[in-house]
Amino acid sequence: MRVLRQALSVAYKDLAIELRTKESLNAAGAFAIAILLLLSFVFDPFSDVVREMSGGLLWLVFAFSGALIFNRGFSRELPNECLDALLASPLSPASLLIGKAGGIFVTLLPVELVSLFVFGIFYNVRWWLHPPELAAIFVLATWGIAIVGAVFGALTVNLRLRELMLPVIIYPLLIPLLIGAIEVTNTLIANHPVTDYEWLWARVLLVFDVVMTALASVLAETILVN
Amino acid sequence: MKPSAAIEIDHVWKFYGDYPALRDYTLTVGQGSCCALLGRNGAGKTTILRILAGLSSHQRGAVRILGASPRSGDVRTRVGFLGHGIGVYEDLSARENLVFFARVVGIENRSQTVDGWLERVGLARVASMPVRQFSRGMRQRLALARTFLHAPDLLFLDEPFTSLDDRAIAMLSELLVQARQRGATIVLSTHQLREALAIASHVALIENGRLRFSGERTTEMLEDPALLYRLHTELGAD
Repeated sequence: MRVLRQALSVAYKDLAIELRTKESLNAAGAFAIAILLLLSFVFDPFSDVVREMSGGLLWLVFAFSGALIFNRGFSRELPNECLDALLASPLSPASLLIGKAGGIFVTLLPVELVSLFVFGIFYNVRWWLHPPELAAIFVLATWGIAIVGAVFGALTVNLRLRELMLPVIIYPLLIPLLIGAIEVTNTLIANHPVTDYEWLWARVLLVFDVVMTALASVLAETILVN
Repeated sequence: MKPSAAIEIDHVWKFYGDYPALRDYTLTVGQGSCCALLGRNGAGKTTILRILAGLSSHQRGAVRILGASPRSGDVRTRVGFLGHGIGVYEDLSARENLVFFARVVGIENRSQTVDGWLERVGLARVASMPVRQFSRGMRQRLALARTFLHAPDLLFLDEPFTSLDDRAIAMLSELLVQARQRGATIVLSTHQLREALAIASHVALIENGRLRFSGERTTEMLEDPALLYRLHTELGAD
């Protein structure tokens, strides 16, 4: 309970700073919309192909714009050596990592929502046919991106080229998560029946989230202090 | 092991790459005492404080704080650390910063405690302003409030007097005296010999990662702050 309470404090603090500065939101939102706009000129919006590959388009955009958000996660702690103040405090490293992931998660979700609306308009796609299932997949996949982003944001926080290094390290790790999210999102947006294949991928997302969150909690002390 | 020792540093070696920042360093600080770590730049003062605060690990030797590891949760609950950075967020207000750290350290009556500290460090009128609009002195005072917020039993302060104005120096000195009165153990590094020696009960002089002298602060040291350097370092006082 204490870990969760402290994690919420960290996430709340990060969101308060983000709402004040909007540095990640503006950058990630603008990037996502620009990419979707550009790609809309590549594909014929009235073609069925777009519906079949909509998941791929969306999740690549989310993953790339997510990099702009999780890059800020720990670098926000560098000015004034705030990270030292946190690590010397009773805050558990696991709370810090999970709180950071929470902040990234809540920042990335509105970017995804706005992108969905833009996607629906530019690509003439009715994405709202299975709202609960789509919401569940978005939550699962976004948490996966957020927790991996937080862990590797912590690992690279003291690297000079962290903005370049972070995506290079993270994207290979996100491959199973992104494949799962793409497969299920494709089916839901194309309004195909959900089969065992999609349920399997949904379970993969869930397992990915649980494993990554557990690993982050267990290894937090090593990642942040040692 | 003396039961009254709050901090025991036992034959500690710390390397940065191949460079030994601490060499067989041994120091014991008794409960309720105030130890001033003295030494020139690069002597190893910050390294010791970072190890004590649980921010850095050592390669050889042992460090015990109140009989436990510096990273143990119980120890960190009782530690107040002020490093080179002030450890507050530029985009939050003074109050938001203190409320956040009050949550982190688990203070029950947060609002009352935070308001009390804002008043005490003279920031009550600007409590809602973002820290980025603060002057250097105001930031330092906020950092002091953050460090002392939970009345820590152990205080690790890295050059706390640096870049403080007269008012803030007086405030810090008063806070340290009050902390000692309630039995807190203090370890501080400093180049401001007069201020530090006025507060310290003990002195530890470090040179090139080695402990050159440790013992009680004497009246002679107060009268002639450079005396220690002359007597115990290879380079003397110059």
